[in-house]
Amino acid sequence: MVSFSPADYSAIYLSLKVGVTATFLSLPFGYVAAYLLTFKEFRGKIVLDGVVNLPLVLPPVVVGYLLLLLLGVNGWLGHLLNAAGIRIIFTWRAAVISSAVVGFPLLVRSIRVGMEGIDARLIQASRTLGAEWYDTLVTIILPLSFKGIVAGSSLMFARSLGEFGATIIVAGNIPGVTRTIPLAIYDYAGAPGGDAMALALCLVSVVISLAVLILHESLGVRLARRDRP
Amino acid sequence: MKLEVAVTKRFGAFALDAAFTAESDRLGIFGESGSGKSTLVGLLAGTVTPDAGSIHLDGDCLFRSENHINLPPERRRIAMVFQDPHLFPHMNVRGNLLYGYKRCAFKNRRIDLESLVQILKLEGLLERGVNNLSGGEQQRVAIGRAILSNPRLLIMDEPLSALDDELKFQIIPYLTSVCDAFGIPFVFISHSLLEMRLMADRVIVMEKGGVADQATPEQLALKRMGRSQVGYINLLRLKNPRQVDGLNAYRWGGGELLLTAGTTRQEALFELSSRDIILFKRHPEAISARNLLKCRVAAAFEVGNRTGLELECGGERLVAEVARQAADELGIREGGEVFAAVKASAFRKLG
Repeated sequence: MVSFSPADYSAIYLSLKVGVTATFLSLPFGYVAAYLLTFKEFRGKIVLDGVVNLPLVLPPVVVGYLLLLLLGVNGWLGHLLNAAGIRIIFTWRAAVISSAVVGFPLLVRSIRVGMEGIDARLIQASRTLGAEWYDTLVTIILPLSFKGIVAGSSLMFARSLGEFGATIIVAGNIPGVTRTIPLAIYDYAGAPGGDAMALALCLVSVVISLAVLILHESLGVRLARRDRP
Repeated sequence: MKLEVAVTKRFGAFALDAAFTAESDRLGIFGESGSGKSTLVGLLAGTVTPDAGSIHLDGDCLFRSENHINLPPERRRIAMVFQDPHLFPHMNVRGNLLYGYKRCAFKNRRIDLESLVQILKLEGLLERGVNNLSGGEQQRVAIGRAILSNPRLLIMDEPLSALDDELKFQIIPYLTSVCDAFGIPFVFISHSLLEMRLMADRVIVMEKGGVADQATPEQLALKRMGRSQVGYINLLRLKNPRQVDGLNAYRWGGGELLLTAGTTRQEALFELSSRDIILFKRHPEAISARNLLKCRVAAAFEVGNRTGLELECGGERLVAEVARQAADELGIREGGEVFAAVKASAFRKLG
């Protein structure tokens, strides 16, 4: 029987913390992006669509490197943040940002699928009944795309649990600080005699992922039931 | 209600160029599919923006391209009823009904939930989810939701097209009674001439993206008589039937009409084609048709190769048509007398 060291527990804890934070942090932005891409016609829509989806097709390492350029002490955003006394690189915040960026297209895509399923006439009806666009957004579009939001959030959370390439570049692999489950597994797999520990952490990954899937399914079932009272 | 419209809108190959002024609280927009009716509806409601032109409702400007005025839909106070109910699936009946009401300014709230529920007979449905209502119930909730937003104008875009005949004629009285009861003017859009005659008292005829005609529904029906497969359809609203030897007898035009079609309801609507009326110059002694009506010819007019006749019969009106030679032989002249024979089975119940 393998027993986890405090560093392993902190990797598990950190993975959960990064996943949850990245998901909740991205939700409002993902929702707005999905809304714009689904319902609005504007100049530069193709560009926005491209930027949102880019992390899906780029190797995570490339995403990580671009983030490093942006957020590093000499990067233009990192420079500003540094002046404000905020350090991103090689902290758990960097892990959150890389997870958020890499998972963002998945989140937006799922919410879009949910929004595209809404009958345009429902939105028209709500507008002609006196609802302003933001009122319609909250009272009609939000509840009717809720399934998409749940699906997108669980996908994003699952993706951030597996995030490796971008994280190792921007956040590093510091035990107890930025070492998440995948990074810990990578360490164990490379070290002599670490197979058992690597496997144990894999098992933890599987259990967490299954738990998220089951939660998602049961929420989906409950939502479907609510729609047919 | 006075509606002044002069707009253009282009969608790919389709171009709408419509200009009309209409003054009626029961305005109809009539045309085949593809004639531009639904585009016009979107322009009125504000969900589609015209390329150019202006729209005024009772003198208030809703859209004017020159001055860059374009009132958003939520500020036009024009409510919509669509072909399908389009109820909000995540709300119950009460939530749907009150959606517009809650968003209506206090000073404009004239209609409240209780009186509306009574007229539309929605008692007992308020806490139900909208997905397990029948088609007719759903359409009634959609009408109620639009009315409760206390609009200054109600637009009904083919609201009856998705319903079967029986349901259609059940919903029509609700539509007219609720608008009458609360004094809400409406624009009724349909491709059915019959629905126009039942709902509107002024009709804009749309054809190929433009306004082809403006008339009363009766004028329109008479104009289209020659083109129609079934001639002119006389509509008779008959009340309180009495049973006579297996036939239903209804009081009409100072006498009685005998019909094979019948209903248990107090009041019903029947149709009778102008082609199912046979005319006699003098009273025939005995005929198989059960209805023989003494009529005065109020007007005679050409309908293709036939003669259309407007008959006045005990204060009521019927339109008949005969071949031109027949009209000559009968010596038809305006003000003259004829006898109209109608079989008891020629009447068809509508609702």
